[in-house]
Amino acid sequence: MSAGNDPAQRVAIGISFGNSYSSIAFTSGEGKAEVIANEDGDRQIPSILSYVEGEELHGGQAKGQLIRNSKNTVAYFRDFLGQEFKNIDPTPCHQSAHPIQNKSSIAFQIRDTEAEDQNTVSVSEITTRHLKRLRNSASDYLGKTVNAAVVTVPTNFSNTQKSALNKAAKDAGIEVLQFINEPVAAVLAYDARPQAQLADKIVVVADLGGTRSDIAVIASRGGIYTILATVHDYEVSGIQLDQVLMDYFAKEFIKKHKSGGDPRENDRSLAKLKLESEAVKKSLSIGTTANFSVESLAGGIDFTATINRTRYELLASKHFAAFTRLVAHAVEKAQLDPLDVTEIILAGGNSNSPKIASTITNAFPGATVVLAPSTSPTAINPSELSVRGAAIQASLIQEFELEDIEQSTHPMVTVTPHLSHAVGVLCISGDETSGVFHPIVDAETPLPVRRTALITTPREGGNVLIKLAEGARHIKVTKPEPKPKKEKEEKDDDDDDDEDSDEDESEEGEELREKTWKVSNVLSEAALRGLKKGSKVEVQINISADLNANCIFREVGGKGGVRGLLSGSKVTQNGSA
Amino acid sequence: MASVQISLPLPVLPEGWSCEKDFKAIGHLSQTNDRNIEPVGPHFLAHARRKRHRRTFSEDDRIQAQVNVKKVEDDDDGDISEPEDPLLLQREAKDWKGQDHYAVLGLSKYRYKATEDQIKKAHRKKVLKHHPDKKAAAGGTEDDQFFKCIQKATEILLDPVKRRQYDSVDENADVDPPTKKETQKGNFYKLWGKVFDSEARFSKVQPVPKLGSENSTKEEVEHFYNFWYNFDSWRTFEYLDEDVPDDNENRDQKRHVERKNQNARRKKKTEDTARLRNLVDDALALDERIKKFRQQEHARKNKRRLEKEAEQKRLAEEAAKAKEEEARLQAEKEAAEKAERAEGKKAKEAAKNAAKKNKRVVRGAVKDANYFHGAGDAPAAQIDSALNDVDLIITKIDHEELATLTGKLNGKKDAGEIKQIFQDEVKRLVGASKLKEGECKSLSA
Ligand SMILES: Nc1ncnc2c1ncn2[C@@H]1O[C@H](COP(=O)(O)OP(=O)(O)O)[C@@H](O)[C@H]1O
Repeated sequence: MSAGNDPAQRVAIGISFGNSYSSIAFTSGEGKAEVIANEDGDRQIPSILSYVEGEELHGGQAKGQLIRNSKNTVAYFRDFLGQEFKNIDPTPCHQSAHPIQNKSSIAFQIRDTEAEDQNTVSVSEITTRHLKRLRNSASDYLGKTVNAAVVTVPTNFSNTQKSALNKAAKDAGIEVLQFINEPVAAVLAYDARPQAQLADKIVVVADLGGTRSDIAVIASRGGIYTILATVHDYEVSGIQLDQVLMDYFAKEFIKKHKSGGDPRENDRSLAKLKLESEAVKKSLSIGTTANFSVESLAGGIDFTATINRTRYELLASKHFAAFTRLVAHAVEKAQLDPLDVTEIILAGGNSNSPKIASTITNAFPGATVVLAPSTSPTAINPSELSVRGAAIQASLIQEFELEDIEQSTHPMVTVTPHLSHAVGVLCISGDETSGVFHPIVDAETPLPVRRTALITTPREGGNVLIKLAEGARHIKVTKPEPKPKKEKEEKDDDDDDDEDSDEDESEEGEELREKTWKVSNVLSEAALRGLKKGSKVEVQINISADLNANCIFREVGGKGGVRGLLSGSKVTQNGSA
Repeated sequence: MASVQISLPLPVLPEGWSCEKDFKAIGHLSQTNDRNIEPVGPHFLAHARRKRHRRTFSEDDRIQAQVNVKKVEDDDDGDISEPEDPLLLQREAKDWKGQDHYAVLGLSKYRYKATEDQIKKAHRKKVLKHHPDKKAAAGGTEDDQFFKCIQKATEILLDPVKRRQYDSVDENADVDPPTKKETQKGNFYKLWGKVFDSEARFSKVQPVPKLGSENSTKEEVEHFYNFWYNFDSWRTFEYLDEDVPDDNENRDQKRHVERKNQNARRKKKTEDTARLRNLVDDALALDERIKKFRQQEHARKNKRRLEKEAEQKRLAEEAAKAKEEEARLQAEKEAAEKAERAEGKKAKEAAKNAAKKNKRVVRGAVKDANYFHGAGDAPAAQIDSALNDVDLIITKIDHEELATLTGKLNGKKDAGEIKQIFQDEVKRLVGASKLKEGECKSLSA
């Protein structure tokens, strides 16, 4: 039995293993997650290994090797693990060691020893070496040998991919206690903060990483999370944003130095251009201008230039718009409306860009909270969300036997009936058409559930009717009065035409969209009599997994009350409490 | 969980609401959906503890648990559905302007209808298959030409502006209008419907009204053609631009090409507007419904005209009749008046004669009453006075009164009686203020 397998000897951390960056974190005695910097001082550690004369470089140092030693540098490999060659996209590896087919899996051909020969190193072995380095950094920092971890993965990571990663981790001396989904880790990171309040909400996690974007729509109900929909996109990525800057600086360079040639057409120049462009992009997340400076960019010519944030945002605007469309698409896929979204957690390194947060903020209703560094002073660093969540989960489960964890994460336990409709009460009037439905238990709440509501009574007190019902969310759209159409001249200039069509849209006026409810199914009626002036009524609803609902109605501070039972299939009545 | 706070008041219990123990169950909760909850966080641990509490799950339970669970991740079958044309695979990337971007991605049957999602999925499948590294692995050359074609196609189709420019000139999405002959085989709606559906992609205003069927109402058909005659198209033609030289040296040349391109675009746009107009003209000309509506309109107008004419005729006839009637009445009236006039003359004559006769009777009666002198011969003065008085009375009374007086006097011989009658008459006349008291001295008592 390995040390990581024995709860008593376990030292567990959280690991976020990304295609471009990885992070490690642990949870302190006070339950606070802390992200660990490696020996280079990096908390976002590039998931890159490079070999120079048999010496292994890792992280930032390996990344630097992309310029001179790209053939022996391995990057962007996470998504290759547990995959067949025909199913991978090697594009991100254009400027480093190319993946090759190795039997039914994938490998890299690199010189990783002092010998002249190239070795075929499987992606599994590369992963093991990478995780070993992360483990060492964590162990050095903690002063004890790390032997277990909770590891985050994308929601579409298959079981095959997970077992491959599990094996690679084991080979690195890490027992994977649990794989958890990246977006869920992000939600947990926020919910684990001391100031967080437990509430029923719809959370969208929008992750703009280095090679892909992943969106998840999550129902958060009493601290339990259910993924309603996901969207993955490999066209909208940090690499695309880097490319925008690469093209910009390449063109600037050509403008200035004709003789130098196009830095994009030479491998080494391209690598320099790429590294510096990514650095510029990161600087523009904080500053409003950034310097680009590369020695001997191309043709032996040093090049420096500056760019301001506005220019960058303009150049990259279509990527920001595409990312926003993805978020909207995910909400649609979950059969929800933007008005249903309580908050949007921006995750992934690129979410540090202020423009991403503002573009998404503008696309959603004012009530939707966007959690990103530029929109919320208390936001968690988007690059650290996954790893923090993983570290928190690690601290929650590190004392359990593996067998126990396996049992608890089995579908037998996780598959749960969810309410298809909100259950709530009719206010103001007991008539379904004129009464106002107010939800008490939201749709997509897993069962069993207990919820309590405190409801105001008529000013004079007296006898009240408590009518429980199921409600369907309805989006009420109010169109503004159409403005008289002004005559417009046909313009031939196409650029102008485009502007015109934009104008057309805004001219229509903004429709007013509101979230309302329609009563879809009346469940029960109850009466409370002789309420005191100004008193409140407490309604408690307990719904079991087999859809029996136990309801208790009472005056707050009063005696007695009324109790009723709704059965899952047939109707029964019960006595008063 | 904190309580839900609801600040809207509960309704007042309706008058007469009553129920045993004050609770009435009415419906039951709707069916639930099975979903996977995430095995993460402290609240999940509590859930797992409750669910696993003193329970062991059979293998069957474990399998059963997942049967109905809602899937979140899309299946990615990884298959490319459209067969790849070998000629297409040999394309050179530099000829990207001429390539069919949809065909390159295997989206020929979707074209302008392809969603962003479809394009991305198609792109990924193509990349997975055609990445140059894969060709090299399969022992082929490191030929990356088709891969570059894929990248170019995706770059254009995923950029909303560039995609419109390409869609504007995507001839493969065009549906040629049918010939007159084809249309006349009774396929008008099917054939032209497709043409308009395809043209509709260029409309700034969406949705675009459909051609419809032979059952469309006149309003629908009118709306349809109005829409198409006022079509607001986003179609542009810069995709067909000549390449503008990229160097800064030849500014004049550059400007020249740019101007040429501008003109070409404008010209093409104008031509396209004319083309669409002709197309709509042609459809309109062949549209049986237009003929039908025109006939109906014609028939309606005809009917209205006939009705109007009938009405006019009726009115004329009525007027003539009225005139006739009027003339007849006039004639009758005239005849009656004439007769009346004749009658009147006669009556006057008769009355005159009667009056003469009556006067004679009255005057005779005076004589019979011995000129109101009592016994003995009346002196001449008395006679005169009596005759004058009677004449005065006669002048004061009309023919009828005269006749009445005559009636009273008729046959009377007694002088006192006669005198009395006259005296009565004087009294009556005095009462009617026709005579003054004492004007007829001979008759004063
Ligand atoms: N401060 C920053 N501002 C903008 N982009 C950043 C910043 N930090 C990291 N990134 C970008 O985020 C991406 C990596 O994000 P990460 O979430 O670590 O992705 P991955 O899952 O691919 O490892 C890279 O494209 C990187 O350039």
